[in-house]
Order: sequence, then C-alpha cells, then structure tokens
Amino acid sequence: MKTDEKIITARNLVKKFGHFVANDHLNFDVYRGEVFGFLGANGAGKTTAIRILCGLSEPTSGEIMVAGFDAHTQRDLIKKNIGYMSQKFSLYDDLTVSENIRFYAGIYEISAKEIRSRTDDLLKRLGFEHAKNKLIRDIPLGWKQKLAFSIAIFHRPQIVFLDEPTGGVDPITRRQFWDLIYEAAQGGITVFVTTHYMDEAEYCDRVSIMVEGRIAALDTPDNLKKSFNVANMDEVFRKLARNIE
Amino acid sequence: MKRFWGFVIKEFYHIFRDKRTMLILFGMPVVQMLLFGFVVTNEIKDIKIAILDYSKDNVTRELSHKILSSGYFVLDQYLDNSGQIEAAFRKGNVKEVVVFEPGFAEKVHKLGKANVQILADASDANTANLISNYTSAIVMDYVRKLNVNVITPMQIIPEVRMMYNEQLKGVYMFVPGIMAMILLLISALLTSISIVREKELGTMEILLVSPLKPIQIIIGKVTPYVLLSFINAGVIILLGNLVFGMPVQGSTILLLAECILFIILALSLGIFISTSTNSQQTAMFMSMFALMLPTILLSGFIFPIANMPLILQALCQLMPPRWFIVIVKNIMLKGTGFYYIWFETLILVLMTCFFIFLSYKKFKIRLE
Repeated sequence: MKTDEKIITARNLVKKFGHFVANDHLNFDVYRGEVFGFLGANGAGKTTAIRILCGLSEPTSGEIMVAGFDAHTQRDLIKKNIGYMSQKFSLYDDLTVSENIRFYAGIYEISAKEIRSRTDDLLKRLGFEHAKNKLIRDIPLGWKQKLAFSIAIFHRPQIVFLDEPTGGVDPITRRQFWDLIYEAAQGGITVFVTTHYMDEAEYCDRVSIMVEGRIAALDTPDNLKKSFNVANMDEVFRKLARNIE
Repeated sequence: MKRFWGFVIKEFYHIFRDKRTMLILFGMPVVQMLLFGFVVTNEIKDIKIAILDYSKDNVTRELSHKILSSGYFVLDQYLDNSGQIEAAFRKGNVKEVVVFEPGFAEKVHKLGKANVQILADASDANTANLISNYTSAIVMDYVRKLNVNVITPMQIIPEVRMMYNEQLKGVYMFVPGIMAMILLLISALLTSISIVREKELGTMEILLVSPLKPIQIIIGKVTPYVLLSFINAGVIILLGNLVFGMPVQGSTILLLAECILFIILALSLGIFISTSTNSQQTAMFMSMFALMLPTILLSGFIFPIANMPLILQALCQLMPPRWFIVIVKNIMLKGTGFYYIWFETLILVLMTCFFIFLSYKKFKIRLE
C-alpha cells in the first residue's frame, strides 16, 4: 500500500567515526506503506545508517526525520514508533510463546487487557493457538521467524526495520515470510528491509544500493534493471560494485 | 514502572527455568559452606599417635593418659622398639610418635630430669608443627603440676587468651571468607553470563531499539540477582550460626547492609565483565579466574596478608573481598559498630562507583 506521504526523509545524512566516513551525504525518502529495500555489501555502511534511523546512534550531520521525529533530538520518540527485527529472531528460548509476546508488548507499555486480546487475535491468525504455552525452543524455525516478525509489529509501529530477516532460512520459509511482509505493508506499516538475497530485492517496491558509504542507486527494481540493461537485480548489484573498482 | 516489573519477572523466568543457574545459585552456597566448614579445617582433633614406652612406670602411664585424654589425640598403637617407628609413619595412619626413655619415673624423681621424644610426621608441615606444640604443652603442664609444692626461683608464666575466638575455631575464619567468595562469584558470574547471553541471542539489540533506556535494561537484569544474593547472604549467616555456632556479635542490620553493598559491588563487576565480552564462555572464565582465585588467595581468607611479599600485599589492597572480610569479621566476631569499619565501607563504595563508571563508559562507546 504505497502512499505519497513521506515517513522517512534523509537529507545529507553524514556519520563519521573519527576520520572514517561511514555514511557520506545520504539522500533518500521512504513513503508510508512502502516496502523499501536497503542493499549493500558488508561494510558499505548499511548497519550504520539503520542504527541512525532506529534512534540508536546520533548522526554527525544532516536532516533526518523518522516517523515525524528528528533523529538528532527525538531519538526516544523514534524508538516508540518503530519496530525492529534482526536475523537472529531474538526471542527468548526459555519463555513460552505468550510470555515472549507479553514481555515485548510490555516494554511498549501496552495495557495487559489489550495485550491479551491482541495475543489471541495474533495466534488465531497465525494458526498458533495450540502453541501458546510452548517454549520457543520447542517450536520450528519457520514459526519462530513468523512470531518474531509479528512481535516486532505487535505495538503497531509506523515503520518496521528488518535487518537481514531471512538469513539462514530455507527458500519456502523465506517466501512465506515475504507474504507476512506484504500483509504488514497492506496494513499501512512501512517496511525497511536489508537483505543479501538479490531475488528478495525484486520483491521490494523500491531499492537503494549502498556502495562505500554512498547510495549508488535508488529506484524500483524494474527501472534499475532497465537503466543498467540487465536481466536481474543480481547483475545490477555486480555492475555497481565493478564500477567502483 | 510496570515496564520495569515486566522485565524483572522475565528475568526470574530465566533463572527459575535454568537448572544450572538454580544449582549455582542455591546449591553452591550450601555445599561450599559445609565443605569448608567440615573439611578444610586446621583444628587439631583426634590425631592418631603411637607411643613407645621403654619405661612403663606410673609417670609415663600418667603422662600418656594425659595426652590421650586431651581430646586432641587418640592412640593408634603401642610400639615395642624404635624399629617400628618408621613403619608406623610409613603406614600413614600415625602422625606422631611419643617416646619415653627407660627408667623415666626414676630419673624424674632422682635426677629431676627425664627425656621424652616427640616425633612428628612433617610431610604435612603445618600439622606436624601444631601437634608437636600441643604435645609439648601437655607435657609442660604436667611438669608444672608436679612442681606445685616446689618453689622455683623466678618464673614467668604467659597467660594466653584468644580473644574473639576462644577455641580457635576454623569456622570463624572461613564463614566471612566463604560469604565474600559466594556473594562475589554468584553475583558477578550470573549477571555477567545473563547479560552476555542476551547479546549472544540477539535480544539485546531488540531491547536497545526499544524505548527502554540502557540503564533500565541493566537495572532490570540485575535486580533479581540482588534479591537472590541477599537471600544467599542470609542463608550463609544462618547456616554458620546453626551448624557451626558462628555468632553475630554486632548489629545484624549493619551486617546485612554491608552485604548489600558488597553484592552491588559484585554486580557492578559482573556488568563490567559483560561489557568487555560477547561470549558467555569468556564471561564465565573471566568471572572464575579474575574473581575466584584472587578471592581465595589474596583476600586474607586463608593466607594471612601480612606474611606475603610487599608486591602481593599491595595487590591485596585492590581486592574487594579483602575489605569485606575485615568488615564481616569485625561485625560478627568483635561486635563493632559502623564507627570502626567506615573506612573499609568507604573503599567498597568507591570501588562500586569506579566499576559502574567504567561500565557506563564502555557501554556508551559500544553503542556509538
């Protein structure tokens, strides 16, 4: 459900560590309800940028607004309005499904009553009702991943950041996971996703590719393929990397 | 506040569902307490000895009886000749052999002088030293009683009194030491492991991205351990009192307050360790080696600091348990008030601040 409303704007985002420039004048917008792919090789500056957008670290300079809040001065407010999930899934093995939900939801100060009704809804939707009181360590990997994503958007954030969410997961589960992502985007949540898998880049509404601290390309997958005159995203990526060398 | 309690409850789930943690938390204090209390002791009790009596007269019999009825020694066997002495020691049961020369009573009465030889198994030097001293003392005591009626010219008799531990009980030494060791180890070990585990699992990332402040995360993680370690301190004091008769002469409230201070110090150490590593295993080894060995060796727990080389003595001053043990001994044995331990307390407070400050710095750098 892509809209025209900008939910993330970055103007000349710069992050320096000493003399090293990790993010060199990044400029991009992300629209509400969009699935935005954030690609780049390791060390290209992806993680640094995500940490800034999540309110974890302060940018050196630039105007950055996330969910309507300033990344310099309103980092606490940003944190309240976003969700986050990494490839580690980050659920507690020794807690049950419902305990995990209750814990994470509690952090976002959702009332106990609300948590209960949303939990029931969620488990019904995922078909996990029977697993409510099972320990996380006893449920299959694919379920864990779905649950981790559902928990990341449980507090109904405006944006959810997914940091290589499908790392180490088999193709079928990955495909199912992308169904969940689309569902969330349909519901109006903006999805900001990093990935190593180039086939996944094709699923995004728009893709930005970072090379050595700069955004080297930003467009829809189709336009990118056209302008680089190649058949798939993998080749776009390789061409960009080669240009730099 | 509700957020905070949710966090603490989650932490309790982790603790109560992990058998290993539970074992360390509640099994270790009791086992160590009993082990140290019963096994590691330098008290003399029921040491097996052999007696080689060439004289077999009323004086040697009386003297033997006195030695054996002291409670320190029990008779393993009577020997017949000096050839059997070596064999008795070699067998290992006998730690000491007492030899009375022939014609003992006669010599005592006629010459006013007779020889008794004390042979001790010095393959265990400390014990040998102790038991030979005890035996000499018993013999000297006997001689003095023989001489009651005789006025000996010039005599200086030292009256020795062991203040605060009249019976020289080893437990009095060990309880404060064990308390320091257990509180330090459990608090530091378990907190560092539990924080590092969140890093390994990746849950720490989620917590940092959430609206929780880092300080809230740390306090939430540490609070359960403060509570449980505090219960442990109580169990140790109680066990010391009920099983080993270790008194608490001073204020119990002061003692518990000092325990809380020490627990917080240990937790800050644990937090510090957790900021320096990302693997549970490293955290565990760091806690074990960096904390356990120094606690045992350099805190005055077992080995007196005053006897160490100067460099080690200086090193000892840096060990938190060294100060805590002094505090605990003062309160439990001497019954002193805060006035006499304010300096040690201040040092513990400063150490705590130091480690919290250091962890805070490291944590910030890592976040950036």
